[in-house]
Amino acid sequence: MDKVAELEKKVSELEAKLAAAQGNVGPVRQKIDVMSSEVVDSNPYSRLMALKRMGIVDNYEKIRELSVAVVGVGGVGSVTAEMLTRCGIGKLILFDYDKVELANMNRLFFQPHQAGLSKVDAAAATLQAINPDVAIDAYNYNITTVDNFQKFCDTISTGSLTGGPVELVLSCVDNFEARMAINTACNELNQRWFESGVSENAVSGHIQFIIPGETACFACAPPLVVASNIDEKTLKREGVCAASLPTTMGIVAGFLVQNTLKHLLNFGNVSNYLGYSALTDFFPTMTLKPNPQCDDSYCRRRQAEFSARPVVELATEVTEDAGPVHADNEWGISLLDENSPEEETPNLKLVDGVQVAYSVPADSSTPESSTGGAVAASELSLEELMQQMKSM
Amino acid sequence: MVDEGTKKTLSSIPLLKTKAGPRDKELWTTRLKEEYQALIKYVQNNKEADNDWFRLESDKTGTRWFGKCWFVHNLLKYEFDLEFDIPVTYPTTAPELALPGLDGKTAKMYRGGKICLTDHFKPLWARNVPRFGIAHAMALGLGPWLAVEVPELIERGVVKYQEKSEEAK
Repeated sequence: MDKVAELEKKVSELEAKLAAAQGNVGPVRQKIDVMSSEVVDSNPYSRLMALKRMGIVDNYEKIRELSVAVVGVGGVGSVTAEMLTRCGIGKLILFDYDKVELANMNRLFFQPHQAGLSKVDAAAATLQAINPDVAIDAYNYNITTVDNFQKFCDTISTGSLTGGPVELVLSCVDNFEARMAINTACNELNQRWFESGVSENAVSGHIQFIIPGETACFACAPPLVVASNIDEKTLKREGVCAASLPTTMGIVAGFLVQNTLKHLLNFGNVSNYLGYSALTDFFPTMTLKPNPQCDDSYCRRRQAEFSARPVVELATEVTEDAGPVHADNEWGISLLDENSPEEETPNLKLVDGVQVAYSVPADSSTPESSTGGAVAASELSLEELMQQMKSM
Repeated sequence: MVDEGTKKTLSSIPLLKTKAGPRDKELWTTRLKEEYQALIKYVQNNKEADNDWFRLESDKTGTRWFGKCWFVHNLLKYEFDLEFDIPVTYPTTAPELALPGLDGKTAKMYRGGKICLTDHFKPLWARNVPRFGIAHAMALGLGPWLAVEVPELIERGVVKYQEKSEEAK
């Protein structure tokens, strides 16, 4: 009999170890149908529903009906997904094609035992354990290739809880190519999205809210950078591609989800562009109008659609005009507009502290660097050219 | 900026005309023909200058490219497999050239062996859309990368010379 008890004890120990290994430590809660405002220790939503009682949000429980796609589940995307999961978002759709590595451990969210797993699967498992009420779909592919791009477009246009387009796409990717792919998709699908990013030197970041046709898209201007106030000559890049800090990434994820919540639940003001310079604790904000000459034809089409729509009149609170605070101005003080117009990109009014990463000539018909001439149209077929190249 | 040698190489590669990506059906075929013509010319130039350093081919759709590149250091020839996809946003964004065999061996790489390009590459590419093609990405991106990284990899002993069988010439 002693032996059975011993074995039983051993089994329960091993079961606990297994559960810990699978990330399911302790009891996992049951699903909850309706968000409750009841303030008890066992209610995971009590502090969120308190936002209603405090008059911040009118209808917090609406979040359960909403779907958000997170593209890129790295330093910013994983934290973004965790925040939305803890807030009780209805559905999360995750995209990434990378694996968890030990080199990721300077960021938040992932843990060493997850090394080697795909980021989306590892994230889905953790998030599901944190909040089983959230529907989570995970897609492990690179969205920039031709086949996957179509799958990506189909998923964001039919992936919501109701089978329609998701409410919002959040870009948390780390490269220009993927951002451009998201931009292309969202312009074509007329899909609202947030772009986010952290600089390769880890000391600045930004978020940008893009409503196709209404605010500047990602292709409307060269990439924007927040001035880091580092002398470029002292910035050493030798030996590495990118640095990263959990702090900067956490801050940018916080900005991203904060503005996502404000947009989805309709409270406060949503920033169109919010920058962050870590070295000077500087946070520039601005609104960017779309570029009428944008390279993306769908952006131009959305701009035409937007300007054809009647202007939405925003209800503003009427305040009684108290008259000028100082009717006389004996010192002759006047306020000057400091924003001098940008010469290179006429339509782009940037706030101080934000600049374009590089300039592109408005007239792109003049080649910069070739005397080799342009290719003359060949009479050879593509197959013949492929063969010629192969046999060289 | 770009050094004189690269500038000269670059200037003798024909420019492309058609702004079309892999989702543009017939126009993409036109673009693909231009890509092949520029690449053939570039390889011919290299051969004439006794600096033949890569071979490339694509699948039928022209979206998946693969080949080899090599680098001579101390009279020994080191060869690497090369591959990349043409992204849907091409040619607005450059192809991301990858040497999967060197993945994890140098910090100047992103996941999957994609090479880390200099600060100058992207602005120069952006200013030359749609005139730059794959041949330009090779000359401006991979060429200078190999010249800087391979000697260092050999010195560190991470890359070792491999005796080649005869068919590899």
